[in-house]
Amino acid sequence: MTAPLFIFFVLAAVAVLGAISLIVQRHPIHSALSLIVVMVALAGLYLLMGAEFVAAVQIIVYGGAIMVLFVFVIMLLNAGEEERTNFSKLATYAGIPLALAVTGLIAAALVRSSGSLPAPVPSGALTSTKALSMLLFSEFVYPFELTSFLILVAILGAIVLAQREN
Amino acid sequence: MSEFLAQYAFLIVPIIKIAILVFLVLTVDAYLTWIERKVIAHIQARWGPHRVGPHGLLQPLADGVKFIFKEDPMPANVDKAAYFLAPFITLMLALTSLAVIPFGPQRFTVFGYETHVGIADVNISLLVLFAITALGVYGVALAGWASNSKYSLLGGLRSSAQMISYELALTLSVVGVLLIAGDFSLRSIVEKQAGSGHGLLSWNIFPQIIGFVCFFIAAIAETNRVPFDLPEAESELVAGFHTEYASMKFAMFFIAEYTSMITVSCLATIMFFGGWLSPFPDSWTFTHYLPSVILIPFGLWVIFDGIRYENLFGRIVLPGVGTALAAIGAALIVFPPVNDVVQGVFWFFAKVFTFLFVYIWMRGTLPRFRYDQLMSFGWKFLLPVSIANVVLTSVVILWRMH
Repeated sequence: MTAPLFIFFVLAAVAVLGAISLIVQRHPIHSALSLIVVMVALAGLYLLMGAEFVAAVQIIVYGGAIMVLFVFVIMLLNAGEEERTNFSKLATYAGIPLALAVTGLIAAALVRSSGSLPAPVPSGALTSTKALSMLLFSEFVYPFELTSFLILVAILGAIVLAQREN
Repeated sequence: MSEFLAQYAFLIVPIIKIAILVFLVLTVDAYLTWIERKVIAHIQARWGPHRVGPHGLLQPLADGVKFIFKEDPMPANVDKAAYFLAPFITLMLALTSLAVIPFGPQRFTVFGYETHVGIADVNISLLVLFAITALGVYGVALAGWASNSKYSLLGGLRSSAQMISYELALTLSVVGVLLIAGDFSLRSIVEKQAGSGHGLLSWNIFPQIIGFVCFFIAAIAETNRVPFDLPEAESELVAGFHTEYASMKFAMFFIAEYTSMITVSCLATIMFFGGWLSPFPDSWTFTHYLPSVILIPFGLWVIFDGIRYENLFGRIVLPGVGTALAAIGAALIVFPPVNDVVQGVFWFFAKVFTFLFVYIWMRGTLPRFRYDQLMSFGWKFLLPVSIANVVLTSVVILWRMH
């Protein structure tokens, strides 16, 4: 096994285990921590594909800013351990087959198209920070600006909701 | 053996470098506590530590032994996983951030493997540092939450809010430097500052003085040091997030704090003060003797001070140390090639040490912020000023282009 493939499997295993732990954990803080592990493992996978800027931003934005807010809110609300209920009948009879079907569908799609999927560029010109920003601010400038506008509207909405009582 | 070394040099050389760096950093951390206690003591007209070894120089060693052998009680009903994880996360991230910092200009070849002074030469090193800073909040927040104590929880919450707020100003304050350098790599940021060989005139500090002030204030807040040490305000919160930690686990938080002080000082040196570049013009070759000019008189003074020292141990050790320092200084004059190699590292550490001294100086001088002052200062003053700096820098760069 080559070194990149080995690193890929390690990171993938960490990401999958983290995701399982996210669901299985009973304490909200432990779930949030598992989600951080998933984010960091994903950043490692991006790095492996030569997308160093995306990897760093993944950790700064998702691993840092967003998950800190999650943890902060959980700590502030002092949310305790969740009670575990018995599985509902719907989850047993409809949920499990449905989950298996979706997993099978994705797996089948991946196996079929594996020949035609482009291989990741090790450290191509496309993924460099400079090239990425050139693309963002020339070809994709409208979607980029519209997205930031959308985020701005969401921020304003949050402020309005928070201040409604005054 | 040599074949094995040549084949796996890409693994062995970094591991050796990491071992050396970790050893050096932990030693510097230990002596930083000694310097801090001494400097603050002298600011407050006290003597500071002076019982363990001559001038208290073995105090860090005694502290280390104490930390290892102290009882390590754990409060009741803590969240065990998070309680044990928190100090490890904090220390690990603090030490990792040093890996991307270049300490000197040289490139050299070991076992046929080309390497440099520093662990990893990443082309997005600045972003890596910010990513590590972003994760650093978890150590403090988890420690506060997991300890099952009101003081710890309040300290942890305060600290996470503070770190999130000042992280924005920290990131925005260096955008000006990035615009000038056009690169995320710390090495090329330093190399751009070499300019046309006029020494300190081409450093980033002059065009980016606003950026530097914002950076340094935000960085102090990120490292939770005075006057921003709200998370551990002892008059209100006992010791903040690490109230319930003792022994080695407390020491880990402590080492992490001092390591991030070193990282921030390195970063300020690299981005605004020319890194390893000399402040003098290239043509002034006589300034190359500066390390010797400092080392030899200092060594002689240590010898002179040592022979009058009050106990026999000091009278033996101090003259020995002084002789060694003076001998190193003399050796640098005798072997010019060695002297040339030392220049970059000398300037780098001289600047880093200056910043560390400023940190300690501020701790001895400034009172602590109130919490609402801290928040309004961060959001209403520091952040707008850093944004204005970005706009101003971009306008000037555009102006120059046309």
